[in-house]
Amino acid sequence: MERHITLPLTREEARTIKSGEQLLLSGVIYTARDAAHKRLCELVENGEPLPFDIKNATIYYVGPTPAKPGQVIGSAGPTTSYRMDAYSPTLIREGETGMIGKGKRDAEVIDAMKKYGAVYFAAIGGAGALLSSCIKKAEIIAYEDLGAEALRRLEVENFPVVAVIDSEGNNLYEKGRREYLETVGAKGNA
Amino acid sequence: MREINAQLITDKVAELCIDANCSLPCDIRKRIEDARANEPWATARGILDKIIENYNIADENRAPICQDTGVACVFLKIGQDVHINGDLTEAVNEGVRRGYRDGYLRKSVVKDPLRRVNTGDNTPAMLYIELVPGDKIELTVAPKGFGSENMSRIAMLKPSDGIEGVKNFILKTAEEAGPNPCPPIVIGVGIGGTFDKAALLAKKALMRSTDERNADEFYAELENEMLQKVNALGIGPQGFGGKTTALAVNIEAMPTHIAGLPVAVNINCHVTRHKSAII
Repeated sequence: MERHITLPLTREEARTIKSGEQLLLSGVIYTARDAAHKRLCELVENGEPLPFDIKNATIYYVGPTPAKPGQVIGSAGPTTSYRMDAYSPTLIREGETGMIGKGKRDAEVIDAMKKYGAVYFAAIGGAGALLSSCIKKAEIIAYEDLGAEALRRLEVENFPVVAVIDSEGNNLYEKGRREYLETVGAKGNA
Repeated sequence: MREINAQLITDKVAELCIDANCSLPCDIRKRIEDARANEPWATARGILDKIIENYNIADENRAPICQDTGVACVFLKIGQDVHINGDLTEAVNEGVRRGYRDGYLRKSVVKDPLRRVNTGDNTPAMLYIELVPGDKIELTVAPKGFGSENMSRIAMLKPSDGIEGVKNFILKTAEEAGPNPCPPIVIGVGIGGTFDKAALLAKKALMRSTDERNADEFYAELENEMLQKVNALGIGPQGFGGKTTALAVNIEAMPTHIAGLPVAVNINCHVTRHKSAII
């Protein structure tokens, strides 16, 4: 049922992923939230190198809880993505092919995804304890001063996501709701 | 006059911060399980299964249910016949500091809204104090995540907007929030009072058990009607479509001015956390 995807994700591969697909991601992802995105975009603007290779990279919008002794990472579910909308088009242009978060994206992000080939995935919001079990390794690679918002390199195995918006702009948030209402109806009687 | 040492408050707040973040109130869990049983849409059932699995993992491992362990909203109902030995505000903040450190909870508070430097210990708490008759202190800790807080809205409606205006505002707020606040959501509504009182009522409404309807039949009916209307939107768990958009709509109302009809809608995600204790 779920399709396995090995990261990094090339632009060509990103274009094969369709909205609504359930996927299991394995490989390296990077974590960044608002504050780290702001810094990354400032580096791009100034023509300076980023702390990781953005080409074919997937960024996970997450600020985990601290790891308990013996744990790789604490609870690590997605944060709401629209706060990254101001920054994502720049990073997609620079080579980012995957974004993991939850919630809506704006038209400029979707235009950049279509233009360059990128996918927006959602992980289940409020399931941070469950998702952390798919994270096998975690290390801070930059912006340690940001605490939970520091930039981390994660190695994940079979990390469950749903492709919400694909590189053609198809959007599960619109399609899923429409199909449910057309099939089941507003009263919810199957 | 009963003497209570501020240290006792610190200990209780610390304990409640951890407990609230790792295990859900029974009523919310039951709502989710009932929603799973009544959900006609397969994708939505799959999501609800994962959400329940996550609750179980968090409960068993004493791990935070969600990584956004929130800003600590602390509500104190202090009996008039209590004298507290020590600095109350500092006692509460020390409890938050300790709870968030010892519970391995995320520190999500910045010292200033524009200059945005993390305080590093999740203080200060958002502290709400009410004086009540008696010689006890009732404490409630409600960690508030901001994915849902950001989707909350307030409106100063006109009296002529009436009940239809209120219904439309609740529905519009839920629809615009869509997938952002991690549905299924709990909706707290405050109607009346002033600009600020309406918002506080909405927040307090989120702490009422979802098993209880408003004691006033008029508002109990409005709660049921709005829950049905929100769930007819079809947003569904995580916004992928489905029947389960909201688990409950809790409404609180209070007197207001002849010229006004304030209404506040405070949204919580399915991780609707609050734990209470009495000293």
